[in-house]
Amino acid sequence: MKQDAFSPGGGAPFEVLAKESLANSQLRRNLGKATTTIRQKRAAAVGEMPDWEELREAGRALKERVMRHLDEYLLQLEESVTRAGGKVHWARDAREANRIVASIARGHAAREVVKVKSIATDETKLNEYLEREGIRAIETDLAELIIQLSGEESSHILVPAIHKNRSEIRELFLRELDAGDLSDEPTDLTNTARLYLRKKFLEAEVGISGANFAVAETGTVSVVESEGNGRMCTTLPRVLVTVMGIEKVIPAWQDFEVFMQLLPRSSTAERMNPYTSFWTGVSEGDGPQEFHLVLLDNGRTDVLADERGRQALNCIRCSACLNVCPVYERVGGHAYNSVYPGPIGAILTPQLVGIGKKGPDSLPYASSLCGACYEVCPVKINIPEVLIELRGKVVRHKQDAGEGWRSRLDPENAAMQLMARNFSDVRLYEASQKLAKAGQWPLARGGVIQRLPGRLSGWSAVRDLKPVPRQTFREWWKKERGS
Amino acid sequence: MSGAKEEVLSRIRRSLKDVPRNERPEDVPVERGYRTESDTSREELIELFAERVSEYDATVTRVEEAELPAAIEKALRRRGVRRLVVPPDLPEGWVPKGVEVLSDADRLSNRDLDASDGVLTGCALGIAQTGTIALDAGERQGRRALTLLPDYHLCVVREDQVVGLVPEAFDRLRDAVQSEGRAITFISGPSATSDIELERVAGVHGPRTLDVLLVGRALS
Ligand code: SF4
Repeated sequence: MKQDAFSPGGGAPFEVLAKESLANSQLRRNLGKATTTIRQKRAAAVGEMPDWEELREAGRALKERVMRHLDEYLLQLEESVTRAGGKVHWARDAREANRIVASIARGHAAREVVKVKSIATDETKLNEYLEREGIRAIETDLAELIIQLSGEESSHILVPAIHKNRSEIRELFLRELDAGDLSDEPTDLTNTARLYLRKKFLEAEVGISGANFAVAETGTVSVVESEGNGRMCTTLPRVLVTVMGIEKVIPAWQDFEVFMQLLPRSSTAERMNPYTSFWTGVSEGDGPQEFHLVLLDNGRTDVLADERGRQALNCIRCSACLNVCPVYERVGGHAYNSVYPGPIGAILTPQLVGIGKKGPDSLPYASSLCGACYEVCPVKINIPEVLIELRGKVVRHKQDAGEGWRSRLDPENAAMQLMARNFSDVRLYEASQKLAKAGQWPLARGGVIQRLPGRLSGWSAVRDLKPVPRQTFREWWKKERGS
Repeated sequence: MSGAKEEVLSRIRRSLKDVPRNERPEDVPVERGYRTESDTSREELIELFAERVSEYDATVTRVEEAELPAAIEKALRRRGVRRLVVPPDLPEGWVPKGVEVLSDADRLSNRDLDASDGVLTGCALGIAQTGTIALDAGERQGRRALTLLPDYHLCVVREDQVVGLVPEAFDRLRDAVQSEGRAITFISGPSATSDIELERVAGVHGPRTLDVLLVGRALS
């Protein structure tokens, strides 16, 4: 069976899972607090950069260049890494990547490996695979450790344990880490994890990491982090295996000057994150003496095929779009049922696993198309544009699948196709907004849409949707400005 | 296994049908309109660097060259460091008497490093804009593990090592990477986590305490 990014917890569609999340008040409180704090801090970190827009544009353009010539850059990367003493492996899918990692670990008779958080290996479900092979992967990010010990799924790219409070974590540590006497102070809890993990770092023969970037020109791979476990995993073990999606390649060393400005400010709202490691193959007498780089496809080449959808591959996983998303803020990461939650997940997951699967097909609808994600995205991914494109694809797929005459008349279908064509054109966009206003009146009762047709009904059942206002923002603005 | 490589590459080429065959990567325009050089005065840059490093739970002390050994001794005493790790090429005059020196000339084991009280190094450069210290495994720094396992890092930064903006740093580091393949580490304060109820805890892995001595020439 093809393993994929979607459905760590089964194949349920967004609206079903969203309902469950909304019922969890701890999660909602934590999420609300987190997203608000991060949002404000990010705005400040970005605000002090006079050249932020220029950096975004350079980041976008570099990514576009890479995607349009991905084959060439990957070959160049392979050559550079090999020249620097590393070994490159290619993996068509998750299973192939997992097999490669397992065989390297087995080759060193490793029963335990230390691992720094990597969404790519979440996607391939590497830990489960290794477990079956008799190899235990120790997650070393604090939040990942918490998640792993509790046997749950992460709910935010950046703060995966956001749904757990301190006393729950204390109990978990007492139970799982034999942590003797322990208060529920975050400092105490963190120290307990430090001591437990330090032992693991010193013992491990093999380390496993993801990569934020890999430079075609020099073969340099980098891991951007906060806690220092990334440095530990990529420095101490004798053998290092890095699994990266093929889209993470960047052209040249110089390009770090763009991405290392965009990522920390967008992600943790810092001028710079505490630690970043850059390594180039193997350095004699310094760090791992054996380095393997696994290049993972697993659906990425399918994403690449869609000229518009392709931009989802530009993502540098900063999570800024999650924190500004009104939908995400309310339902949290679990509702997306994917290792890629939030707005980026809504465009990446369905493309990675392919249109026509009930769960992922619901994701492009998990948005009000407010556009906040596009505005904050450090590499200018036009998420609303791709969402609309994907909605069109979902509807077309339903037609082709023979849901026949009924879906051809589906108002979603017509409206979405129109929107997709018009979204980039301001005048046409205004016109289609008017159309939407005209089209929705039979559904509105007392100013609140209570039930939407078709696919949207599950979603509107859990929250009151505001109808498209009589006057759009644009109209109001025009009138206010008196022009 | 090589079948995988061929297949991934041919999938990519199939997916990129829309890209004209004769298009080169450089044909995709990349506008670099951002700042690449700071126009701030040297003195302001040094100030800014000191200020921004200290915003990350690290201390910065500005000293003159001649005062350096005394400043090192004071910092080590304050932090209670008795067993000090040093890279093989650290200037001898830097280490105060009475401190047990663990020189990496003897190739220290990870256990030795773990059991030490701290490490004293120089650096490759500092970035004022972000308060970052960059290590490149070069002069006065040693290999990566030295600055990772001890719980305390005392880092000496010379004023002339401070650059203004992030692009200036990558430019200066290019050689170490491109011609020697050396590992680079960016350090911006001690490690941190906000994973438990978003409360910031400084010092997860790596040195929990970072002190910086910023060395300038005597003003006369
Ligand atoms: S889509 Fe953009 S904003 Fe969202 S995580 Fe990716 S890079 Fe960040």
